[in-house]
Amino acid sequence: MNKTAQNLGFGFLYLTMFVTIGFLALIIFFILARGSQVLSWQFLTAAPRSGMTAGGVAPAIIGTLYLTAGAIIFALPLGLCCAIYLCEYSPKGFIVNIIRISIHNLAGVPSVVFGLFGLAIFVNYFKFGVSILSGSLTLGILVLPMIISASQEALTALPQSLREASLALGATKWQTIKKIVLPGALPGILTGVILSVGRIAGETAPILFTAASFYLKGYPKSVFSEVMVLPYHIYALMTEGTHPEKQTAIAYGCSVILLILILLVSFIAILIRQKQRGYQNG
Amino acid sequence: MKINIKEKIYKWIFTVFAFASLLFLVGITVILVKESLPLFQKIKFMDFFFGKLWYPTYDPPEFGIFPLISASFWIMLGALFICVPLGIGSALYLNELAGFQQKAILKPVIEILAGIPSIVYGFFGMAILSPFLQKTFHLSTGLCALSASIVLGIMATPTICSLADDALSYVPQSFREASFAVGADRWQTLTRVIIPAAGSGISTAIILGMSRIIGETMTVLMVSGGAAVMLKSFFDPVRPMTAAIAAEMGESPMGSDHYHALFAIALILFGLTFILNIVAELISRRFRIKLGMSR
Repeated sequence: MNKTAQNLGFGFLYLTMFVTIGFLALIIFFILARGSQVLSWQFLTAAPRSGMTAGGVAPAIIGTLYLTAGAIIFALPLGLCCAIYLCEYSPKGFIVNIIRISIHNLAGVPSVVFGLFGLAIFVNYFKFGVSILSGSLTLGILVLPMIISASQEALTALPQSLREASLALGATKWQTIKKIVLPGALPGILTGVILSVGRIAGETAPILFTAASFYLKGYPKSVFSEVMVLPYHIYALMTEGTHPEKQTAIAYGCSVILLILILLVSFIAILIRQKQRGYQNG
Repeated sequence: MKINIKEKIYKWIFTVFAFASLLFLVGITVILVKESLPLFQKIKFMDFFFGKLWYPTYDPPEFGIFPLISASFWIMLGALFICVPLGIGSALYLNELAGFQQKAILKPVIEILAGIPSIVYGFFGMAILSPFLQKTFHLSTGLCALSASIVLGIMATPTICSLADDALSYVPQSFREASFAVGADRWQTLTRVIIPAAGSGISTAIILGMSRIIGETMTVLMVSGGAAVMLKSFFDPVRPMTAAIAAEMGESPMGSDHYHALFAIALILFGLTFILNIVAELISRRFRIKLGMSR
């Protein structure tokens, strides 16, 4: 009797796992299968032609790289400093609690709200306009909590004894951080950065009003130019324009590039992390 | 002496940067409030929140966001029907049934899947799922609340699974051993010991999942159909709050009532997710104390 309940229950759990992986595998398969027909060397390296119905998406790929790099340049130093304070200096207490709670909550803010914030502050108030700079700063704020948590995790994973040994040799706190803690935590921090890259590259809502443009002639010239970006390009291809059939094909191509980029990036990050964990455990 | 000053300077730099998150959070709040206040000088908050007509570009315009709120709510509910059983079920599977090797593969796979961007899900919904639904159910359009719920449900499953799995892994091994020792089988241990022990952790996962679904933008923008009317059936096209902001911000002139109204929607959205996150935080704190862990 009891055995039946157990078998049914476990069967259900098995099924849920199967369906979850199945659904997601199906989505990836559909997009890869249809999209890989579009992919070609020309698609990756050429600019769009004849009103978005032919040619490649090179400007959108370049634009995605610019925005991602910009956001990391902004968020990494900020996030790392914050993590160092919380892990190495923080006196436990009220203020640290407030900082922790605000990190948690910042991570939960909907991405479109970041977009409005960026629009009001960077585009309108600071007059950066719709530009790479505005978009990078907005994305940087969005990804800040992720970088902080990843760096925190990397810093706390480092054995306390290393710090104590350094301090015992007469090194100051800053010397310990610079020479012992940061080099030791580097792989973990790197993992966090790589995962953040994956997150930023796919974000669309924050750059809708702060950076992205559907069609531009040529490549962006400065940080104050608008850019074409892969995720926004997919959206625009599906919702604007006059040749849905041809545009959907290109959107498939963009989705494949984005999907492969992000799967690859997270795969690398997880590989680094597992190697690191194995190293720390054994 | 010189070293001492240097040390202090570095400490100060780190301290200042540590407040960045707080600064941005406060900054977002201030901006949203400041940009939405002008609207509430013209119409009452109650009329805004409960008004049933959203015609921001008409003359005179109507700013009632109740259709948008109800769309967000129903789509979220529909998505929860998919992602809660699937997410929690697979988290239980990972924790209780999967062997060491299986877990070593499945856990990172789920994590990677959680990182697929929403635009890809939106594209899938628009290019593949909604034509399919349209054909199967003979609908006038496949872009409707149902498709949005399905796509969001699939999308939130890995997130909920990851979070619930974390909660389950906090349950001490000794709980399990004690249960086996008094003669319970694995299913009894799971349903009467592990799930109750991890219950608040699991509910945290669900609440965070809700917060993620309600704030999701690109997917609903592409898939939900975009009609700002009260939802009558799940086969109707609707326009949730996030989609309204994303779709209309580009067209609304800066400083207009419409512009301020969109910021007001964002403020409500922000408040909603803020409350959900705080509740999740409070529950998870109690959960940790219950299991005898400090932070």
